[in-house]
Amino acid sequence: MTAVEDRKVTGFEDNDRKPVGHGRMLRKEDPRLIRGKGRFVDDLQLNGMLHLAILRSPMAHGRVVNVDISAAQAHPKVKLVVTGAMLAEKGLAWMPTLSNDVQAVLATDKVRFQGQEVAFVVAEDRYSARDALELIDVEYEQLEPVVDVRRALDPSSPVIRTDLDGKTDNHCFDWQTGDKAATDAVFASADVVVTEDIVYPRVHPAPMETCGAVADYDAVEGRLTLWSTTQAPHAHRTLYAIVAGLPEHKIRVISPDIGGGFGNKVPIYPGYVCAIVGSLLTGRPVKWVEDRSENLTSTGFARDYIMRGEIAATKDGKILAIRTNVLADHGAFNGTAAPVKYPAGFFGVFTGSYDIEAAYCSMTAVYTNKAPGGVAYACSFRITEAVYLIERLVDCLAYDLKMDSAELRLKNLLRPEQFPYTSKTGWIYDSGNYEPTMREAMRIAGYDELRREQAEKRRRGELMGIGVAFFTEAVGAGPRKDMDILGLGMADGCELRIHPTGKAVVRLSVQSQGQGHETTFAQIVAEEIGIPPADIDVVHGDTDNTPFGLGTYGSRSTPVSGAAAALVARKVRDKARIIASGMLEVSVADLDWDKGSFHVKGDPTKSVTIQDIAMKAHGAGDLPEGVEGGLEAQICYNPENLTYPHGAYICVVDIDPGTAQVSVRRFIAVDDCGTRINPMIIEGQIHGGLTDGVGMALMEIIAFDEDGNCLGGSLMDYLIPTALEVPDWETGFTVTPSPHHPIGAKGVGESATVGSPPAVVNAVVDALKPFGVRHADMPLTPSRVWDAMQGNARPPI
Amino acid sequence: MQVTMSVNGAEVSREIEARLLLVHFLRDHLGLTGTHWGCDTSNCGTCVVLVDDEPVKSCTMLAAMAGGHDVRTVEGLEQDGVLDPLQRGFMECHGLQCGFCTPGMLMTTRALLDRNPDPTDHEIREAISGQICRCTGYATIVRSVQWAAAEQAGTRTSLPEQDDSRTSSAVGSAS
Ligand code: FES
Ligand code: FES
Repeated sequence: MTAVEDRKVTGFEDNDRKPVGHGRMLRKEDPRLIRGKGRFVDDLQLNGMLHLAILRSPMAHGRVVNVDISAAQAHPKVKLVVTGAMLAEKGLAWMPTLSNDVQAVLATDKVRFQGQEVAFVVAEDRYSARDALELIDVEYEQLEPVVDVRRALDPSSPVIRTDLDGKTDNHCFDWQTGDKAATDAVFASADVVVTEDIVYPRVHPAPMETCGAVADYDAVEGRLTLWSTTQAPHAHRTLYAIVAGLPEHKIRVISPDIGGGFGNKVPIYPGYVCAIVGSLLTGRPVKWVEDRSENLTSTGFARDYIMRGEIAATKDGKILAIRTNVLADHGAFNGTAAPVKYPAGFFGVFTGSYDIEAAYCSMTAVYTNKAPGGVAYACSFRITEAVYLIERLVDCLAYDLKMDSAELRLKNLLRPEQFPYTSKTGWIYDSGNYEPTMREAMRIAGYDELRREQAEKRRRGELMGIGVAFFTEAVGAGPRKDMDILGLGMADGCELRIHPTGKAVVRLSVQSQGQGHETTFAQIVAEEIGIPPADIDVVHGDTDNTPFGLGTYGSRSTPVSGAAAALVARKVRDKARIIASGMLEVSVADLDWDKGSFHVKGDPTKSVTIQDIAMKAHGAGDLPEGVEGGLEAQICYNPENLTYPHGAYICVVDIDPGTAQVSVRRFIAVDDCGTRINPMIIEGQIHGGLTDGVGMALMEIIAFDEDGNCLGGSLMDYLIPTALEVPDWETGFTVTPSPHHPIGAKGVGESATVGSPPAVVNAVVDALKPFGVRHADMPLTPSRVWDAMQGNARPPI
Repeated sequence: MQVTMSVNGAEVSREIEARLLLVHFLRDHLGLTGTHWGCDTSNCGTCVVLVDDEPVKSCTMLAAMAGGHDVRTVEGLEQDGVLDPLQRGFMECHGLQCGFCTPGMLMTTRALLDRNPDPTDHEIREAISGQICRCTGYATIVRSVQWAAAEQAGTRTSLPEQDDSRTSSAVGSAS
């Protein structure tokens, strides 16, 4: 079957003509959002609500000598001031991170990064809380900071984590994958070996809504309600139970509308815990919403990998092996949000989309005096770093072999008959058909014509670049036997209830931050049960009202919860079939299903709709023997494997030779995310990720000066693409369904963020070929491109 | 101090601190939480409202400065139950995802269409270039505004932009 996009025309006027199931459908969440009636955390106003503000460290490394809060306490509008020492008395000064490290809620002994939480104030209003921060007097003894990650392990470097017993250096962890001996052997005998130092600088997801929470503790009931910007409400609830010692059933975490997450809202931040403590101590609701500078300087960053990559090949361009050595900067605390057994996330897929003989990676992670984090920003648990590495290396190889970069990829892509494919680092790629995707991207781009144009322009001294990238993603964590976060298996629940009148409610454990779950999940259920999406309400983001599950990140909603939604609907349908057999007085085997009704085989006039069945299930009269009343089901879906979306991207850039300004002229993205549920939403996800990729490639970086001051602490310094820096995206798709996912879907939320940075960088480097440039690191700002043109390409850190 | 202004056509008067920003006046004092706040440096534009029909970053204006002026927020776009064409365009063309930037985008593009009912794509991009959307990649916002421009002009003959995937039809398939 060749999938054809649903091009059924649905006007706004007849938005009720929605597809019963998959297809383009306008979003159910939009009517409130376009009216300004979204429900974001900061929109919440509760009676008697107080406001919390956090005092943060001005320096990267220092001993906290004394914190004097008396003047702040005397402020007439201040209700509470809390320091690290006060939290320590309650055993709350430290909390676990998602990587089995600990992180200070408020600093007690030392501050370890600029922007670290030192004290908090709870006051009657937003402004007074911030005023009172100015009245807190903290005495620090400044310590030498560890800023240069390459020197973090020098014996002379000060030890950051003096809180850890017996810690005498800044080593965080070592990790390796692949077969070293086999890889070394292939390298030793290869015709060609290309080595390149590749830096993926620290970047930040910077969702437009910063992080925040409203905590409301009811002392009489012993019940805590927390509205917070979280992508994983259930996991957070469990952690709060562990940290705060509150019984889990007395905690309700509500994640209302979320203004973008991109991984930034996966970890638990000190601010959330402070809000809870604030409410516990004042007995009133407490709101904390961070400023943009707090968001950029203290919450989950991404990347920060310094990679030495090596690729071995034959002289006619057959790739044989990949070897890499990575130095990972994890900041002051290991706050990485990745499955526990995967300290480097899924970086192990760095062998990419190619048929190779051997691969090996060794990694050392270190602590530095920078904000904690490491996995965020739509990276599919570090696959963005992995794909960047391999796709840059392939281009370096093409450069050395003087081969066309698309041709080199086509020569090495895995072939369809190789799937399921076990990679040299042990990942089982569930399915893939790469060449058609690549050819489609080249077709849309008019690849040969572009190369001709480029050749002509080069003759005239104009700088035009064409960048190609091919990626394979691995998304949808679990399975739970391999993947957990702090011991919580990465599975997801789903519950479906059909009401007597045939309307339905489906409850999810994942949480949307703009991905349109209220629409997509209604469509998944509609496709299976035949009830129109308009009649299906999707409930998510509320631990009291949804089944347990691990939440939305790593593109796992569709692969995991999407599967759960389809399967729970099938379970309900199975029961409906039994009830229908009673209603039609035939055996279940004599019934045929056609999306919304059962009819007697061979006699379509004898049928009952799912709505009839729902009423019967709840109504008077007998049901078939052994069938309970009601029409509902719940499941917990444990994925059998990850799903492996792939895509081919082509970027065309022009560089002004006088100013070194890069402009992205065209960007062609062909994605294969398996079965497509709502093409409109899929395209939207891709567009957003492509923009992120242009941002990272050309402008985004969280850099630090030698004292550890963050240089990207505002949106004036941390540049994000506006509408003028990105082109009108050209997208296409192929469909290779996942064999193990019940509807063949693979997840798409992060594909474009993973695939686009190398496409843009490859294009810029390609444009700079006349200058003999084989590699230049992101971000490719005019000054850095200029340097590269002068033969001075330098790493950004 | 006392401040009086018109907000979405109704006169409001409140006792406020002189330093109160317009964005917080709208959100915290009037409960008009459709106007958002997203940065400390006037870069994001999630806070844009119209003051006397001109787009203004309400985080950059004191509430006191809006005294005596007409302020229009996203909540004022829908009139008598009829949505603004831009609101419809954004829904039709997937011009929003998380929706956090959307109110600001809607107000800026409302002002754009008021003075330039038939903008080019580039003019739309310029108009919203002081604003950031982290989700959509802007192309669908441009399409949304074009949809609204056509709708307003009565030239939207065809049904809405369906071509999310602008260029290609499907290729390979494994099932
Ligand atoms: S809040 Fe960012 S520009 Fe106003
Ligand atoms: S829709 Fe999320 S920031 Fe624009």
